[in-house]
Amino acid sequence: MPVHAAISSDNPVIWTLLTVGQILLVTVVLLLTVAFLIYADRKIFAGVQMRKGPNVVGPFGLLQSFADLGKFLIKELVVPAGADKFVFLLAPLISVTLALGSWAAIPLAPGWVISNINVGILYLFAVSSMGVYGIIMGGWASNSKYPFLGALRSAAQMVSYEVSIGFVIITVILLSGTLNLTRITEMQGGGFWNWNILGGAGLHNLPLALVMIPMCVIFFISGLAETNRPPFDLPEAESELVAGYAIEYGSTPYMLFYLAETSNIILMSGLLAVLFLGGWQSPFPMPAFTATWPGTVLSLIGLFWLAVKTFFVFFMNAMVRSVVPRYRYDQLMRLGWKVFLPTSLVAVAVVAGWRVYFPTVAG
Amino acid sequence: MALQAIAFYLMAAATIASAIAVVSSRNPVHSVLFLIASFFSAAGLFVLLGAEFLAMLLVVVYVGAVAVLFLFVVMMLDVDFAELRQGFARYMPLGGLIAGGLAIEMVVVSTTVATHGAARLSEAPMASGSSGPGVTNAEAIGGVLYTDYVYLFQAAGMVLLVAMIGAIVLTLRHKPGVKRQVIMDQVLRTPESGMRMVSPKPGEGID
Repeated sequence: MPVHAAISSDNPVIWTLLTVGQILLVTVVLLLTVAFLIYADRKIFAGVQMRKGPNVVGPFGLLQSFADLGKFLIKELVVPAGADKFVFLLAPLISVTLALGSWAAIPLAPGWVISNINVGILYLFAVSSMGVYGIIMGGWASNSKYPFLGALRSAAQMVSYEVSIGFVIITVILLSGTLNLTRITEMQGGGFWNWNILGGAGLHNLPLALVMIPMCVIFFISGLAETNRPPFDLPEAESELVAGYAIEYGSTPYMLFYLAETSNIILMSGLLAVLFLGGWQSPFPMPAFTATWPGTVLSLIGLFWLAVKTFFVFFMNAMVRSVVPRYRYDQLMRLGWKVFLPTSLVAVAVVAGWRVYFPTVAG
Repeated sequence: MALQAIAFYLMAAATIASAIAVVSSRNPVHSVLFLIASFFSAAGLFVLLGAEFLAMLLVVVYVGAVAVLFLFVVMMLDVDFAELRQGFARYMPLGGLIAGGLAIEMVVVSTTVATHGAARLSEAPMASGSSGPGVTNAEAIGGVLYTDYVYLFQAAGMVLLVAMIGAIVLTLRHKPGVKRQVIMDQVLRTPESGMRMVSPKPGEGID
């Protein structure tokens, strides 16, 4: 995990080394998390269907993801004839770079964030809106019909749901009055009644929970669509398009796509936790005697809470995948444009009006 | 400072190199991809200037939305570039003229700014009203956009809305005789209305 913000330096060399070290740490931890969450995902999926799921490699099958990794790496890389080789190989790289790069702005714990930028939430939105390129490039460069159809579907789907995600994010920004994710988290401190899902300012804003809870649900569902998760996995609808944009991919490039997808799912879960569930804030006010504890301990506690919330959202995600059948394409588009977009637009107006006519003390 | 200089030269070089690649690459899809790279490096330059809000908007709007549409269109159109290249000599003088004009304008503007400072910066609303050391540039832009220029801002929004409605009106056709999905009917379907229990006798069949 990144070092405490206090340990920073004005010396460019030290600064560069520190930042690179933080990035490496976060990446390694994130990749390990991805490995085990893929395992968890498969276990949950299996549990719902009363199967055992992966249970052979390691105790309880815990090392299944690492066995898969080894298998992916030693497979031969096949580039289809007539494919645009450069773009074909660039696509998974772009996907995975963007998926990992998003984590730079997520506040992991008090003082633990790689880049505490003022427009953190916009940064995340920008990076996730670029995620579509990996898929569309991969589909096009494969020089094959099914991948291309999958890529087009995916691009339309991701662009559509980004609109409603944008409006939901605006409601959160209106509540917090800042684009900085660390600030947004800090303002939700002091107990779960201050979380944005309940209006963000305790009893005073409690009526806004009527708006914010649906917004949270819309964000969750749009996140499913944005990461191409079931029930919105039309880009790789295996019954129609075999494997969508990834048909021609195998070996390491396919693994990179898969890694990027899972990393994005965790990112969406984490973002929902940060925006609506208070991020690293404890659900109850920290007792007074903890004020004297060292910062590192408090940060670890914060990291624990963020991890718990993220995993909770991820679990919901996996359950939805297990129990909801896939949407038809016209239903998907209708849901995005005719249901979520107007709802979230009205919510933006309501929250903005509330903030004008019932301002909190904090402003 | 050294880091900033390195970052600036890297990104400026990337912007120019990808901009050249946009017009020189043979494959139109590659051109669009280089255009995206160019937008992206330009956003990086904005960040270096301290205009992180503009940088993110550039990425969200141009890279995330506009360029996706470009890519869509170019991938589906299957443009024959050999054919397009035939007119190269004919349009060369006009293109050169426009490029030269733009280059002169940019040189004039940047030398003016460099020698005299931004024209009447002290009178600009950014300097007078909401800007200051502790103000993020999102707040600064908002403070100007929603106060001094609110009518222009709203007018721009109206123009975009009109353009959007116009595009929808021009393309939306309701052909008669086309089967459509009626979501309401699908949602209101119940087991009783969608299912019929029959017990056919041997050799009779149903209906």
